[in-house]
Amino acid sequence: MEYISLFIKSIFVDNMIFAYFLGMCSYLAVSRNVKTANGLGIAVVLVLAITVPVNYLLNRFVLQPGALSWLGPGFASVDLSFLSYILFIAVIAAMVQIVEMIVEKYLPSLYSSLGIFLPLIAVNCAILGGSLFMQQREFGNILEAIVYALGSGIGWYLAIVTLAAIREKMAYSNVPAGLRGIGITFITVGLMGIAFMAFMGIAL
Amino acid sequence: MGKLRETILNPLFKNNPVTVLVLGICSSLAVTVEMKGALVMALSVTVVTGLSSLILSLIRKTIPNRVRIIVQLVVVALLVILVDQILRSFEATYAIDKQLSVYMGLIITNCIVMGRIEAFALGNKPLPALIDGLANGLGYGLILLTVAFFRELLGSGTLFGIPVLKALGYPGNGLVILPPMALIILGCIIWIQRSIDKELQE
Repeated sequence: MEYISLFIKSIFVDNMIFAYFLGMCSYLAVSRNVKTANGLGIAVVLVLAITVPVNYLLNRFVLQPGALSWLGPGFASVDLSFLSYILFIAVIAAMVQIVEMIVEKYLPSLYSSLGIFLPLIAVNCAILGGSLFMQQREFGNILEAIVYALGSGIGWYLAIVTLAAIREKMAYSNVPAGLRGIGITFITVGLMGIAFMAFMGIAL
Repeated sequence: MGKLRETILNPLFKNNPVTVLVLGICSSLAVTVEMKGALVMALSVTVVTGLSSLILSLIRKTIPNRVRIIVQLVVVALLVILVDQILRSFEATYAIDKQLSVYMGLIITNCIVMGRIEAFALGNKPLPALIDGLANGLGYGLILLTVAFFRELLGSGTLFGIPVLKALGYPGNGLVILPPMALIILGCIIWIQRSIDKELQE
């Protein structure tokens, strides 16, 4: 039950875009039409679901204060958490590379639809942000980390596809000259964010 | 001399990384609830962009093209760790660093840093690269402080924690503190900028 509530919460209440603005750059740049938004969204879900659990294990057994105690009692006081940024980003860059190779080999149709987005995901804030939030929240076990990663990935996917759909329709409306393009998109995302805040009151 | 002037002034207004190039939005929205946090963030990003551009420009001829993204990430991550540890070691900045939480670490993936390295530092001499990095950091800081100014003033009626509107009996507006208003304020800033500078309109 608590996994379901964590899942729903990370999709709607703690939505990566509307509550934390993570991955905003690619969110705004790639939401011109639904098809490409779909591709990027799937890539984000995939990479988040792989990197967050791996970084969870890394954090649990290497980085946390006292995490190295499995090596022997002498290591119980070692705190390597200052290294987490660099190790997390290294894991993410390596994982993206591996996912890219696997997808290219076994799912060529998905690979061609994801195209350039897959390698670029290494520098997407949503991915590193997922790992950093995972570290901050101190999940009890790896299952929670997996559920959290899936939930926030799906939340991101939902956000980018809805924005792309709205922007496709907006092409037909008469927007003031100075607001055309990126300006109106910001305001649209702001209004969507206010709508999403309705989920905040839900106690799970 | 004219070129140097352009390198410094362009990123502040005409080619602002946030409002014109639309880079580094994530952090510019999340840390703008208060002026204090925004100022620390702006300075940290300026330092990281400037120094990473300088370092990568110095070693640009030795980096193989295939692994350049990883090299860039490692250099930027090291600089961010340094800035983070320095902020943590002083009592005055420790609380702000805690409040910035994950967004401090997210400077690593801030598109402005990577964008300037890719677009400028890898093809230019170290000194212009350093200036370009610093100027872009300042352009980012300018927008950050503008958004934070309105959010703190209208949201809690204070500036840098000192009551301004609050002293006049302004009750504060909870909506402005919430995340969505940051987007709307930034949208309005872009609107104003593009109404003044018609060339930027789409």
